Amino acid sequence: MSWVNAIIQGILLGGLYALFACGLSLMFGVMKVVNLAHGDLAVVAAYIGLGVIAITHVPAVWAFVIVVPVFAVIGYVLQRTLLQAALDRGVLTTLLVTFGLSVVIENGLQQFFSANSHSINIGSLVSDSFSIGSQITIAYLDLVILVVAVVVLLGLQYFLSASASGRLIRAVADDPEAAQISGVSYRHVFGIAAAIAFGTVALAGLAFGMYSQFDPTIGTDQLLLFAFEAVVIGGLGSLWGTLAGGILLGVAQQIGAQIGAQYELLAGQLFFLAVLVLRPQGITSRKETA
Amino acid sequence: MTQRNESAPVLDVRDLTVHHGQLRALHGVSLSLPAGGVHAIIGANGAGKSTLMRTIAGLHRPTAGSVLLDGADVTALRPERRVAAGIALVPEARRLFASLTLEENLLVGQTSARPGPWTLDEVYALFGWMRERRSQRAAQLSGGEQQAVAIGRALVANPRVLLLDELSLGLAPVVVRQIYDLLPRLVDSGLSVLLVEQDVSQALRVASYAHCLLEGRITLAGHPAELTTQQIEAAYFGVGVSA
Repeated sequence: MSWVNAIIQGILLGGLYALFACGLSLMFGVMKVVNLAHGDLAVVAAYIGLGVIAITHVPAVWAFVIVVPVFAVIGYVLQRTLLQAALDRGVLTTLLVTFGLSVVIENGLQQFFSANSHSINIGSLVSDSFSIGSQITIAYLDLVILVVAVVVLLGLQYFLSASASGRLIRAVADDPEAAQISGVSYRHVFGIAAAIAFGTVALAGLAFGMYSQFDPTIGTDQLLLFAFEAVVIGGLGSLWGTLAGGILLGVAQQIGAQIGAQYELLAGQLFFLAVLVLRPQGITSRKETA
Repeated sequence: MTQRNESAPVLDVRDLTVHHGQLRALHGVSLSLPAGGVHAIIGANGAGKSTLMRTIAGLHRPTAGSVLLDGADVTALRPERRVAAGIALVPEARRLFASLTLEENLLVGQTSARPGPWTLDEVYALFGWMRERRSQRAAQLSGGEQQAVAIGRALVANPRVLLLDELSLGLAPVVVRQIYDLLPRLVDSGLSVLLVEQDVSQALRVASYAHCLLEGRITLAGHPAELTTQQIEAAYFGVGVSA
């Protein structure tokens, strides 16, 4: 029964990883930008959420309403300026630029918020839970995060496949230059994709801030790595895969933790390496032909 | 009614010089395209034909010179703005959106469309097979079918000038012929065609005017009927002396 519990907890944790990975997957899938500042941006969102709640005294849920749109705007502006300028100089430049961004953000956070860890206070919700049988306990917060992750990823998948804007995003992902000669400003469409990606980063960062303690360095130390692993396990550029990848990573970690607390991270990394060796295109992707 | 001087060119390329890094791909190329009709640019590999087309479409920035559409300078416009102004390119190797369906490819082509006769329905009427296969992914279509979709994607923008870059590349001669036989119908709809072609006989068959490009310079220009084979060979390969 404790193994079943481990798998259920893994699935719940995987929702959070999938939420983190979603923006990373989108930025890579559309712009071919590997955003090394992704985890740090999530932490920034958590700190801003903390600040918004501290200053306005609104309920924690309102932090989402404020921070997510702000991040979407930041994403659009950053894509149209810094990231586009980097892209114009080559894909490798975006690695350097986002790495630099990551360093700047981390040190900025250390400067302003100190290295102490914080958490977004959501009162009793953080510990409220319900039980199934005697062994399985499910926290409401974990369940909410998983549901949000599934809704966001499926919603995004639907948006990309069914809306006119989604069609343009897929078109520029296929071939930005061909999009230009078809009358599409790929820079603007990149900006929209970045806005969506940053919105999901903010969502993930706030959710993480409620779920756990955070500090200025956790973005790169943990979040970025897990997000990367979820994207790679699922298959690059596929949102379905990202959801599956996040959940599988969560399950692997929890199974490791069930064996012994010290094996939690190791099991996740081993699973990730196994996927890289056995199925490098990811579990949901077919081999790329184009 | 717009009052348009019959002799005014719809597209005017003036002294266009383009560099790829250190390499000068075009040396002061000028040409003007009267409204209606099919203009062909012929030339060997590396003569600068595609560079010329891509520069007219806005994908390359010229070092010097200008591109005018209906007398308005479009040299500073980005490619997507040129589409809105009336220049549409069917690029070399077709460049469809491989993961999008046939119909989605056409819909993307409508993004900056001008008002005009070409709708999705008109394109489906032009290529009879398209309608029932509109939900297929572009990657699943044959080369000739992809070329037709690429033309359709450009047509639905209702361009004043349609640029066709190496239509015949990688296609069976019979398919190429079918596509070229459509050109009169496109011209009848009110647009002008500028095409680039390595297959000289194919190009000269359909063209009302031809330019030959050699190492980034125009070496010959005239009505196809008035050009002799020797003139064309000389201009194409750069051997002997052309007038």
